[in-house]
Amino acid sequence: MSNLVSFGYIVPELLLGAMAVILFLLSAMRRRNLLRKTIFPGLAILGLMAALSVLVNRTSGGIFGGDPGCISGCSLFFGLLATDPLADFFRILVISATTICVLISIGSPALPKGRTGEYHGLLLVMCLGMCLLSAANHLLMVYVAMETVSLCSYLLTGWDARKCRSREAGMKYVLFGGVASGVMLFGMSLFYGLFGDLSFQGLHLALQGSGALSGAMGQWAATLSVVFMFAGFGYKIAATPFHMWCPDVYEGAPTPFTALLSVGPKAVGMALILRFFYSIFLFPGSMETVIGASGQIPWLLLIGIVSAVTMTLGNLAALVQNNVKRLLAYSSIAHAGYILMGVTAGGQEGFEAVSLYMAVYLIMNMGAFAVVSLVEKASGSEELQVFRGLGKRAPLVALVMTIFLISLAGLPPTAGFIGKLYLFAALLERGGFWFLMLALVGVTNSVVSLYFYARVLKSMYMEKADTDLPTIPIRNPAAVTATALSFATLFLGLFWQPLATAARWSATLFH
Amino acid sequence: MITLQHYLVLSAIVFSLGVAGVLLRRNALVILMSVELMLNAANLALLGFARQLGDTTGQSLALFVMTVAAAEAAVGLALVLALFRGRGTVNVDEVRSLRG
Repeated sequence: MSNLVSFGYIVPELLLGAMAVILFLLSAMRRRNLLRKTIFPGLAILGLMAALSVLVNRTSGGIFGGDPGCISGCSLFFGLLATDPLADFFRILVISATTICVLISIGSPALPKGRTGEYHGLLLVMCLGMCLLSAANHLLMVYVAMETVSLCSYLLTGWDARKCRSREAGMKYVLFGGVASGVMLFGMSLFYGLFGDLSFQGLHLALQGSGALSGAMGQWAATLSVVFMFAGFGYKIAATPFHMWCPDVYEGAPTPFTALLSVGPKAVGMALILRFFYSIFLFPGSMETVIGASGQIPWLLLIGIVSAVTMTLGNLAALVQNNVKRLLAYSSIAHAGYILMGVTAGGQEGFEAVSLYMAVYLIMNMGAFAVVSLVEKASGSEELQVFRGLGKRAPLVALVMTIFLISLAGLPPTAGFIGKLYLFAALLERGGFWFLMLALVGVTNSVVSLYFYARVLKSMYMEKADTDLPTIPIRNPAAVTATALSFATLFLGLFWQPLATAARWSATLFH
Repeated sequence: MITLQHYLVLSAIVFSLGVAGVLLRRNALVILMSVELMLNAANLALLGFARQLGDTTGQSLALFVMTVAAAEAAVGLALVLALFRGRGTVNVDEVRSLRG
């Protein structure tokens, strides 16, 4: 599709970019502090809501409906981006995640007062990058969008320059991230050399002939380049062995931003992995039959092994954590492993399960981090000790946290249970010995994960606080957001049909 | 005559140097420099392939990589500077307040 027509499809991104520029300009002007406190979050939410409404309007066929022939997907900007239900679903997810992040950032002590404008501007730019990444259909666009997300998240991780932890996390993140993007880029250059194109459709055509990879040498080079590229993708979703940055960065970053960091990049990373592997290596329309030469690249095996190892390592490491932020970091690594099960399963069911789980994970994980942010604000720490006696001190907050933890553990009647159900169902649907083994690993891991979620519960309800810990104020935006998210977790656990319908709609990939 | 092989061998050497630097050196600034080496190795391979294929897409990616690498260096240096102001060191082994 030509450039001029394509602009009609990236209106949400344009709105986010424009609002980010407005925020940067406003924060450069010196105005009264009173104004600053409320205007920046307000403007950020305005921009996000405008982008979200345009997006929802288009997907439901409103005035921004675009070309009706484009329902199942079109390429934009001569193949740089793709617009299809998968991209739209994940764009809606990341815009919602950023909105929740803005809401729980209000009044957080982890964010320096003087720089609110830049903080929100960077959040919007990061959201813009995530939107582009979920629609990226060309390796050039993948690289640029991924770096947009990364650069903003490096800065926001080190945002609290008063704290050693935040600065240290920022530095570690930038070093790990630089290495990961370097390795990914080297993989891209090899892939480009082997198949002579960077756009996914061009690569798909190049791979179609079974003679595209001649001999063992070509096969090795192609496998190596896919592994290198997967290093970059895996780093974004915090999959083993590229997860080392994750616990340190989550612990050091300001808690409201950690909430976004644990969900946004992971969601778009999953969208990218789905799009990359399934639109290059498979026949258009079919979700399972690989084309010509890509049968020689063991990519499905790679994703399956990474999935099993990621969830096992994440859960085992989470068992011994005493800092709740760190515990949730390891739990988010484990969740990346669970979601990769859906990617491995592939097919209509696999795509559906990934989209559904990602939405559920967004709600429960951001909710859990919102509660941690509340507790941290009141007691200045997020160690497990400060959660002691929370059931007595702040019954509502403890109840909300309980719902999130039960959902993260995947127990009914919460949304997390439905999400896991869809993932396992997708694997069983696929059949085959190795897929069943992967499902078995997943079930075992879910059981193991019960232990460390229960540890937090035990601390909240069974243990008495050592000293007089403060109660937790609940009349603020963060607490209201957390409560709303806990309602959503329960509601989707009982009435998941609307979400399942949306997930089924999202399982369409542009070819 | 400089062929594609020459480009690729040089690129592989530069990439290995970058990886070795990241793994062996403990100074945050040197690690950032090694990351730049890795990016440049990828650029070199891209340009070599683009020349051989007679295709300009690889060259345009290399241009984007250079721009983004500059932005990444700016962000990386800012964070290392903030760390240095607080700690007085840029050695990554001495920076360890975050531990599991």
